[in-house]
Amino acid sequence: MTDHADTLLYLDGVTVSFDGFRALNALSLVLERGEMRAVIGPNGAGKTTMMDVITGKTRPDTGRVEFGQGTDLTRMDEPAIAALGIGRKFQKPTVFEPHTVWDNLLLALAGDRRPRFTLWARETDEERDRIREILNTIRLAEHRDRRAGDLSHGQKQWLEIGMLLAQEPQLLLVDEPVAGMTDAETEQTAELLREINRPRSVLVVEHDMACVRALGVKVTVLHEGSVLSEGSIDHVSADPRVIEVYLGR
Amino acid sequence: MSTLSLRLCLLGVLGGAILLSVLNLAVPATSAMHVPTYTVALVGKYLSYAMLALAVDLVWGFAGILSLGHAAFFALGGYAMGMYLMRQIGTRGVYGNAILPDFMVFLNWKELPWYWHGFDNAAFAILMVLLVPAVLALIFGWLAFRSRVSGVYLSIITQALTYALLLAFFRNDMGFGGNNGLTDFKDMFGIPLQAETTRCGLLVATAVFLCIALLIARYTVTSRFGKVLIAVRDTESRTRFLGYRPERYKLFVWVLSAVIAGVGGALYVPQVGIINPSEFSPANSIEAVIWVAVGGRGTLAGAVLGAVLVNLGKTVFTGALPELWLFALGALFILVTLLLPGGIMGLLTRGRARPAATTPAPEPAE
Repeated sequence: MTDHADTLLYLDGVTVSFDGFRALNALSLVLERGEMRAVIGPNGAGKTTMMDVITGKTRPDTGRVEFGQGTDLTRMDEPAIAALGIGRKFQKPTVFEPHTVWDNLLLALAGDRRPRFTLWARETDEERDRIREILNTIRLAEHRDRRAGDLSHGQKQWLEIGMLLAQEPQLLLVDEPVAGMTDAETEQTAELLREINRPRSVLVVEHDMACVRALGVKVTVLHEGSVLSEGSIDHVSADPRVIEVYLGR
Repeated sequence: MSTLSLRLCLLGVLGGAILLSVLNLAVPATSAMHVPTYTVALVGKYLSYAMLALAVDLVWGFAGILSLGHAAFFALGGYAMGMYLMRQIGTRGVYGNAILPDFMVFLNWKELPWYWHGFDNAAFAILMVLLVPAVLALIFGWLAFRSRVSGVYLSIITQALTYALLLAFFRNDMGFGGNNGLTDFKDMFGIPLQAETTRCGLLVATAVFLCIALLIARYTVTSRFGKVLIAVRDTESRTRFLGYRPERYKLFVWVLSAVIAGVGGALYVPQVGIINPSEFSPANSIEAVIWVAVGGRGTLAGAVLGAVLVNLGKTVFTGALPELWLFALGALFILVTLLLPGGIMGLLTRGRARPAATTPAPEPAE
């Protein structure tokens, strides 16, 4: 357990091996409450595995993963961790394609997740207000009745970010939010992420250096499953080790 | 499923059953309009099968669980009803034993096995019709879904389940009449089964239960629960990261589906007059999947339509060219899969905007 009351996420010495390959190698990382952090690194650096460990999809072999005031995430499964207030956006946009934009947000809204509730649930006015509010934030208000599967790639990304907002998480994990986006969409997305960041912590995994620069936050560089360098974008770009393994190619 | 197709389906099922009954009972046998009792029983059988099809569609179309053993729940409901009908025979059996059914006397059994007790009581038997499939589905589903068994592996296990039950029920020692099953029923709730009025009453009752099951299924899939279920069907892992527990959603709909299949089986037995282990045969379950595919997966009304049409085809075909029926069924399945992925319902609603949430993905996720 850390001593800082404002630490939200604490990873210490986390190691994950798949058939002898060390995807994470004694990784340590501390994220403050309300902080936005960008995590970069070449392919295979362990970025996605790190997210899998935090969200309960993968159990670490060794190491500690704590959330808030010492909640041990390594003992919990995905739905329990989600209920705790950790939301995740995948690299490939995963929205519920047959449902409308509205229904996607409805299913994501924080609330009772048990079948005995959803079987009888009726949409309440508060739920409607909340969904309208999110639709405005993610700029999809005119598309509320469209099938999510019919949205453009960029719109799906925003819808997924909207679904994360609807969950009202304390911590948001965002995997490559601008992959496959146009420059204009990238800029809008970076703005959206900053907006989201206001009351909560965000961990962004990103390949796109332009996006990381646009975010203007502290950067952690991963390499072979551990932290190679940490600091401002200018600091890490100047780090010779970072240049060697990642930027300088 | 659109409201229109649901209404048409309810109307067709109820109206058809009532019309056939009237034409059977009120029109003299000499008239060309008269419907023979044989036809009434046949349509009653189709509607019982339609309940099985509805049950399959509920789990396959909306939860992505392709069950190849659903006829097991149908047969268990049927056996529970069959046990009640056996006990109703009383001293009218060949051996005239008031307590023991004929096959037990034949096997030289001296007393009724414990699991046959209570089946002389109609209320208890009806409770068992609901409870036996539900409990089996609960145990099976809890184990399978909790271990995250899905896709083709789950299909294989469901097939194994029904095959295991088939072998078990074949054994004379099981006490369910072995190979011959349960038959020679005389009456139900004190009313003679062979009477024309009973036949018509059973047909209308089957239609009513089918409509109730349709309405329950429709409510379930259009509720917020149903939206989560469809989300689980297409992207199960995503629902977990939203905080849902997919296994609980699957388990609920799985048990509901088993109960609907069980009630279908219970209505089937008095109309057909026999229940034997062949009802557990894997081919029956696969046939039920074909009915749903032909009618249109994920449409509920399509499952009913598919079951009635394919069975009608079976009746006609097996009368004319019996040895070719299985080839025709196989060809039908291949053609529908290739040319009509949405089944008959997909053909009927083509061009019209379909409600987004009920359009199943072409491939179940995972």
